Amino acid sequence: MNKTDSIKIALPKGRLLAETAARLKEAGWGLDGYKASARLYRIKSRSYPELSAKMFHERDIPVQVAIGNYDLGICGSDWIEELMVKYPSSALIKVGSLRYGQSALYAAVSPSEGMSTLEAVRERSGVVRIASEYPNLAEHFAVNLRLRRFGIFPLWGAAEAYPPESADLALVCGTVEGLADCGLAPVSKVLGVGACLIANRNSWEAKDMKEIVASIYDKTTAREESEPEVIEQYPGRHPRRLKAFPPGGDGDIVRLALPDGHQQSPTFDLLAKSGIGLDDYPSPTGNRRPATDLAGVTIKVIRPQDMPLQVASGNFDLAITGRDWLCEHLYQFPTSPVKELADLKSGRVKIVAVVSNDLPVADASDLRKFSAGRTVPLRVASEYVNIADKYARDNHLGSYRVVPTWGATEAFLPEDADLLIENTETGRTIARHNLRIVDIIFESTACLIGSRRRVTNAVKRERIEAIIRALQTGVKLN
Amino acid sequence: MKTQRCKGTRDLSPGEMALFRLIEGVFRDACLNWGYKEVRTPTLEYLHLFTSLGTLTPGMLGRVYSFLDWDGWSGERVVLRPDGTIPVARLYIEDMEKEKLAKLFYVANTFIFEATGEKTRERWQCGAELIGVSSPSADVELVMLALEVLQRLQIDGVKLKLSHAGLIRALLARLGLSSEEQARVFDRILDGNIKELSELGLDRTELETLSALLGLKGKSSVFVKSLKALLAPDLAGLQPFIDDLVSVAGLLEALGADYQIDLASVRDFEYYTGAIFQLFKGRDKIGGGGRYDALISLMGGRDTPASGVALYIDRLMELVEPEALAEVKAPGILVRARPEAAKEGFSLVARLHEAGYRAEFNLGAQSKAGFDWMLDVQSKAPKFVLTNKDKKKFEARTIKEVLRLLKR
Repeated sequence: MNKTDSIKIALPKGRLLAETAARLKEAGWGLDGYKASARLYRIKSRSYPELSAKMFHERDIPVQVAIGNYDLGICGSDWIEELMVKYPSSALIKVGSLRYGQSALYAAVSPSEGMSTLEAVRERSGVVRIASEYPNLAEHFAVNLRLRRFGIFPLWGAAEAYPPESADLALVCGTVEGLADCGLAPVSKVLGVGACLIANRNSWEAKDMKEIVASIYDKTTAREESEPEVIEQYPGRHPRRLKAFPPGGDGDIVRLALPDGHQQSPTFDLLAKSGIGLDDYPSPTGNRRPATDLAGVTIKVIRPQDMPLQVASGNFDLAITGRDWLCEHLYQFPTSPVKELADLKSGRVKIVAVVSNDLPVADASDLRKFSAGRTVPLRVASEYVNIADKYARDNHLGSYRVVPTWGATEAFLPEDADLLIENTETGRTIARHNLRIVDIIFESTACLIGSRRRVTNAVKRERIEAIIRALQTGVKLN
Repeated sequence: MKTQRCKGTRDLSPGEMALFRLIEGVFRDACLNWGYKEVRTPTLEYLHLFTSLGTLTPGMLGRVYSFLDWDGWSGERVVLRPDGTIPVARLYIEDMEKEKLAKLFYVANTFIFEATGEKTRERWQCGAELIGVSSPSADVELVMLALEVLQRLQIDGVKLKLSHAGLIRALLARLGLSSEEQARVFDRILDGNIKELSELGLDRTELETLSALLGLKGKSSVFVKSLKALLAPDLAGLQPFIDDLVSVAGLLEALGADYQIDLASVRDFEYYTGAIFQLFKGRDKIGGGGRYDALISLMGGRDTPASGVALYIDRLMELVEPEALAEVKAPGILVRARPEAAKEGFSLVARLHEAGYRAEFNLGAQSKAGFDWMLDVQSKAPKFVLTNKDKKKFEARTIKEVLRLLKR
């Protein structure tokens, strides 16, 4: 064992940041840069010269520690289990719970649907649709529940908005009260969740990390994860009643998906110019079902990343998303019925291949030579795993490995990846991180997507066409 | 050279492949003689075939290779076939349900994840399914078929263990376990974790009775006697299952097959409803099967009784002595044609194959050791010169003469 080994830790952004920062401050780590407003993700410790940290989206942390980019990591146990349930032989060990950030992962239903118990879910005929940011845990849950037939919608977020129309069951992390606010009732607690310290198995065996670990990890805090349990029905508050949203594609109601996040205000402006009025969008209270003055149209607000899959599976008729996410979907599912109906021309970004300025690579052909000369696989990090995979295939990058990421991918270079497939509006963020664009893959703008399948209901068909026409007018005025 | 083969997979070298084909051949011959017909199903199936209640245990399902297909946008997954029986049952439902009796066999690979990568994750098995008959004779036929294959492969000392899924389920019900608990205990038994039954929260008497029942072993008469002793004389509700097990065991005994009843000897597959048989060589399980009367209806077919058996080719390959089974090979001839006589050389190889000989065109790299004859071909007379292993030479002018010489 070598005391002077450098030790790298992956720290979470988001929900666990404040409490983790407080705990590390108590432990005297001297990580001054670890705060929500941080613009640089790499942090040195003032107290331990061998220790350095980097901030990640929480979901990236177990992957980064398992593949050995980081010796230690702090993240929620939900993301650890999500990895381990599918890849049990990952080189990851759970050092222990940190006793903060407590919540739980629930399987929840919308009680209005009449499927308010696990038994009722199990007895349901046909495919049980499960929406979740945790697709591996959702599959594990479905298999253990002995569901005869199920389909999993892996999501980027907003799983709580899916039941009852767009999914039968959602696997959501939160509290019973929080679920009730979204109109959901838990039918099973799948997992107790809390902040955990994890380590790479090889680092744990080879490096001396005792002192650093002991400073934050008090042995008496170790607690067993609770087993899945069936919880009482509707404890506490009764779930909020939701506005009706028609399921199935047979009626004459058009189901439209609008984006959440930073796409909301450009979308609102465009819809306003198209003469489509919206109430409570963007919603300060997080309402995901805004009202509209368009007759025969209902609206749900979900992540743009998730929209193509939702349109493909018939949960929505129309959606406003980006061409990048449409391509990502079509590269994964070439036979999908989803297609672009109108270019909305806003939110223009380029999808680019990016390397560190330190690499002797100027274009795609350099990249191929660089990849061919390596003895280890090229690490390609991207939020767009299918676009990245196709790019690597099309450019004959030889032996490569796509590392999925959940945001701020530019911070991965140069130490945690060799190539990024990223979107950029101006290229400034890329330049600030000392990175270089070596290829422009395509340009992406906001677009309206729909299904190739013929709409049999004439009223609905006319309504869809009217929305397309209105948006095309709005685009001209925009 | 670094290994580039996927973890948990294996290559079959020419020698191993010869062994593989030999086992496959013996199995095929035996099946055809018993009146079974060969089928082949795709490697890829929908996952839901295997998630239906009563098909595979969650323990097995947690180790399957499932993924989203290129058209998997509905979220439904496909799987690399983890089992041989379920696809054949699907094929029966889709294409053959009109046939009252279907005797089918297959040679197929199955895929199950194994964490260490030391055991192979792709496994080959040869199996037979007897669909449409519910009698104990059908179960016995499958056991006899498997034993015949093993005997022809000259694998001795095989142990046959019998159990009964219906009897185990009835015993669990009799212990007063809820249906949920019964399912959990049965899953544990199938996953081979009987030692962990204590974690299930059963009370002590229940646990002791259950452990004693699962520990029961012996020939049928001894087994029934011990069962009566354990459960007092009252075997109500269990009798049909005991009768079924005893008739299978009795018939096997009459046929001279050596067996032992061992209730705990069931693994992995939840679709079994009746007699279960497992074949062991030493501690290695080399095959097994059983009755699955509910599977076809659970998968959406008509109510159809069925049972099946499978032998694990990977295990058998370790046990078969290839020399003992070596067939008499046709004589081998190496055809050495001079460049200007290449055309004649190739025509000659083709003619020799037609006549049933092993013949190779000389590429300059073959070792003479593997051949009984050298045959030189040139454009001028004598066109053909045959040399035998004793270096004795024979000349021929035509291919007919060559064939005549070889026959001598």
